Amino acid sequence: MHEQMLYFLQQLLNGLTVGSAYALIAIGYTMVYGIIGMINFAHGEIYMIGAYIALITITGLATLNITFLPVVLVIALVLAMIVSSAFGWSMERVAYRPLRGGNRLNPLISAIGVSYFLKNYVLLAQGSRDIGFPLLIKGSWTFGDPNGFEANFSYMQLTIFIVTIVCMVALTLFISKSRLGRACRAVAQDLKMANLLGIDTHKIIAATFVIGSALAAVAGMLLGMYYGSIDPEFGFIAGLKAFTAAVLGGIGSIPGAMLGGIVLGVAESFTSAYLSTDYKDVVSFLLLILILLFRPSGLLGKPEVEKI
Amino acid sequence: MLTLENVHTQYGKIEALHGVSLTVEAGEIVTLIGANGAGKTTLLMTICGDPRASAGTITFDGRDITHEDTASIMRSGLAIVPEGRRIFPGLSVEENLHMGGFFRSKQEVLESMDYVCDLFPRLKERLSQRAGTMSGGEQQMLAIGRALMSRPRALFLDEPSLGLAPLIINQIFEIIGQLREEGITIFLVEQNANQALKLADRGYVLENGRIVLHDTGDNLLANEDVRKAYLGG
Repeated sequence: MHEQMLYFLQQLLNGLTVGSAYALIAIGYTMVYGIIGMINFAHGEIYMIGAYIALITITGLATLNITFLPVVLVIALVLAMIVSSAFGWSMERVAYRPLRGGNRLNPLISAIGVSYFLKNYVLLAQGSRDIGFPLLIKGSWTFGDPNGFEANFSYMQLTIFIVTIVCMVALTLFISKSRLGRACRAVAQDLKMANLLGIDTHKIIAATFVIGSALAAVAGMLLGMYYGSIDPEFGFIAGLKAFTAAVLGGIGSIPGAMLGGIVLGVAESFTSAYLSTDYKDVVSFLLLILILLFRPSGLLGKPEVEKI
Repeated sequence: MLTLENVHTQYGKIEALHGVSLTVEAGEIVTLIGANGAGKTTLLMTICGDPRASAGTITFDGRDITHEDTASIMRSGLAIVPEGRRIFPGLSVEENLHMGGFFRSKQEVLESMDYVCDLFPRLKERLSQRAGTMSGGEQQMLAIGRALMSRPRALFLDEPSLGLAPLIINQIFEIIGQLREEGITIFLVEQNANQALKLADRGYVLENGRIVLHDTGDNLLANEDVRKAYLGG
């Protein structure tokens, strides 16, 4: 009984870890959707680029003999966020803004193009093989019987929880209290009206891309390190999962994206543990289908009211 | 202050305004009346740059704004209370007002906030309420308050009386008169032609995208054709 309890806790921890990262990525999908009603299919690639930038920075710092861990981690994180944001900002500027006002399908197709472009760009620059991502945050707490099942709570997992919570609290405060956050909400509710109040809505939209990209980069670095290796396809499945998480939570809702990510991560972890790893992805997408069938607005989303 | 010369507006291939010319002088209340679908809202929105005029010129305060984008037009001293109010329903009353003064400095926003709260004590009581949960009349006051937050020199109102109780309509018209006293130029689009013309210095009648009549408010009120078409006899 005790052992089963520990096993359960272990799976819950693993699920929460991956789920936190899904949640961070999902926020980018949901914010962009909330404002311009478009799914940014290239968002997973931004996450992948974030992981690469973090890895390159860590490697670079090591060759410079900078090894003090907190400094290395902070520099890698900040640089990953900045570069990914630059990518996010540029793609909005180059691939989506010129298409605004036309058919809603156009930016969607453009997004798929951007996704392929970025994936192949990284493929050319970094090669197609897996690159090892050093686990810089080592160590863990273990619970249980050394001769039976031992549950592991690693410092890396703790780091992922803490960073995710900090990011979410910061984002929530930013959205609810700051001037720009208020403008983001106003633009999401009525873009045309915001424009009629003299607000440059293009800038607000660009800001949401920047914020979403920065959060995706955080997730990229954390999960890259957690999994131990990255490759140019790294963003594909994670992007798809995070998109599922965003829909699950209610697309357009930021708390929804957070909840959706966690729920999805935990569901996957339990499926792997109690059913089979093979069914992991099946269950996530089954969840997506079920939510679309029975609660299309998602767990926390509001039912869509068509504007006339 | 505001001049439209031979302005045309198209939605795709369909032309909604066929060469509209009109002027609004500083300090005036000018009203635009016309039936549903005559193009009143289109005319207002064209001045705001959304949709863009396909031909003609629009000048505001001596500046050609025909080809400027909406955000910069709305920063040049114009503000609009649009059709259907379009408050941000999920934002609080206070946040809605803040959005109206978005491009103003912190100090100016605080001053405007006091000014709007004095003008609409009802809003002051409800600053932290979600705007979408207020009554229609209160939402209309919020829409006007929000527009005033940028301290505009000219205010456009699109059907401010639509769907409101007579008592509230009187209050709204009273406020409009008060704003004119303060020197704000008013351009008022109304279906409630009777009340609008009583208040206005001058009026234009729009029919199928063309200005068909232009006179002082009193003369239009007395005009036989106008009475038949817009004042119910």
